[in-house]
Amino acid sequence: MSSIHVQTTINGDAAEFLCEPRQSLLEALRDILRLTGTKEGCNDGNCGACTVEMDGRIVPACLVLGAEAEGAEILTVEGIARGGALDAVQRAFLEGAALQCGVCTPGFIVAAKALLDLNADPTEAEIRLWLANNLCRCTGYDKIVRSVQAAAANRREEAAT
Amino acid sequence: MHWIEYLRPSTLDECLDAFAEHGANARGLAGGTDLLVQMRAGRRTNAVVIDLKAVPELNELSCDSASGLTLGAAVPCYRIYGDRAVCELYPGLIDSVSMIGGTQIQGRASVGGNLCNASPSADVIPALIALRATCLIASADGRRTVPVEDFCTAPGRNVMRHSEVLVSLHLPPPGPGSGAAYLRFIPRNEMDIAVAGAGVSVVLDGGTFTAARVGLAAVAPTPLLVREAGEALCGCRVSRAALEAAGEAARAAASPISDMRGTAEYRRNLCAVLTRRALETAVNRAGGVLD
Repeated sequence: MSSIHVQTTINGDAAEFLCEPRQSLLEALRDILRLTGTKEGCNDGNCGACTVEMDGRIVPACLVLGAEAEGAEILTVEGIARGGALDAVQRAFLEGAALQCGVCTPGFIVAAKALLDLNADPTEAEIRLWLANNLCRCTGYDKIVRSVQAAAANRREEAAT
Repeated sequence: MHWIEYLRPSTLDECLDAFAEHGANARGLAGGTDLLVQMRAGRRTNAVVIDLKAVPELNELSCDSASGLTLGAAVPCYRIYGDRAVCELYPGLIDSVSMIGGTQIQGRASVGGNLCNASPSADVIPALIALRATCLIASADGRRTVPVEDFCTAPGRNVMRHSEVLVSLHLPPPGPGSGAAYLRFIPRNEMDIAVAGAGVSVVLDGGTFTAARVGLAAVAPTPLLVREAGEALCGCRVSRAALEAAGEAARAAASPISDMRGTAEYRRNLCAVLTRRALETAVNRAGGVLD
């Protein structure tokens, strides 16, 4: 009944923790490392609130065991802002009022940033399909989609100047 | 979740030894999108979880037009649709792996896992059936190969013994004039389970079908190979009438249940429609034109 020692990289920094074999990466992040930006929604992979990037790919942290983080590169919502400056996606969500209760927001931010890293100019349909694994029960999605479009436009402008 | 032991073998031999030792107590972990949910719900109580993702053979993805596709059982969906050669040679497989769950699920879920979970509604299985996939199964005692249409034995059950592991799938190279497609019906745009699904492949030669396979999802206790639908096409001119006949063969082969997703009658109708439409796409992809 021993815990597992996990060495990993979280938001660019080396990190280590002890977890039970049955604990998810979501539990390890929130309950052990106290990185509570990542939220628990459904805990079965449907809602996307716990979305994190793992080795460059977005995954539901509730469906990853903490032990699987060994040697991996994890990016959580806490790592999106750089040097105290919000990312274009975060700024657009604020300016576009793309959140109400905020529980889904960290998952949307991580997922939307990953989309824009792959596709600088996604269509509305591409945004909606990419974010289909993220549920929001407040906004009705339109403000989220428009904010991702605005963030994409801002990023393209910044890249051009 | 109940207490588990977590093992992460780094070679196939270590992996097979672990399954030999733990037998029915063990369950392989690829993407975890079924397993961890089932364990939390108390539907699986295996005490040992064997993470398959560090075993090279289960992570292999190699694809070319001479030898076909070898797909390690733990390779996640996103790696498959991110591979240019697979996209070019196996668009029917790409149809299925790009519609399982959503982006995050596709970052974890594997074709091998979808197969081992043996759900009647699994999206990849009809595509694999249409594409003549074979399963390489290994244990400490040896290896065997099983055609994918014989792999599932009942809802949630497959042919593997407790000591065995699904190592990889092999898809033969598509010859000249080949086309394939997978189509499913769900009442929303994404993130849902098939009411019914049809995976098809065709081979065309001079406006005639020379080979065809049809697989169906969610209309029987296991995914179904409908030999009658393929036979209905073989030797026929590439025409709408031929596709209609194949669709009717698919309708006749289905033995669906009525549940919250749809009635049996509705599902039988879907079999005919989805088979015909998937065949239209497959014919287009094969460069054929419908009479």
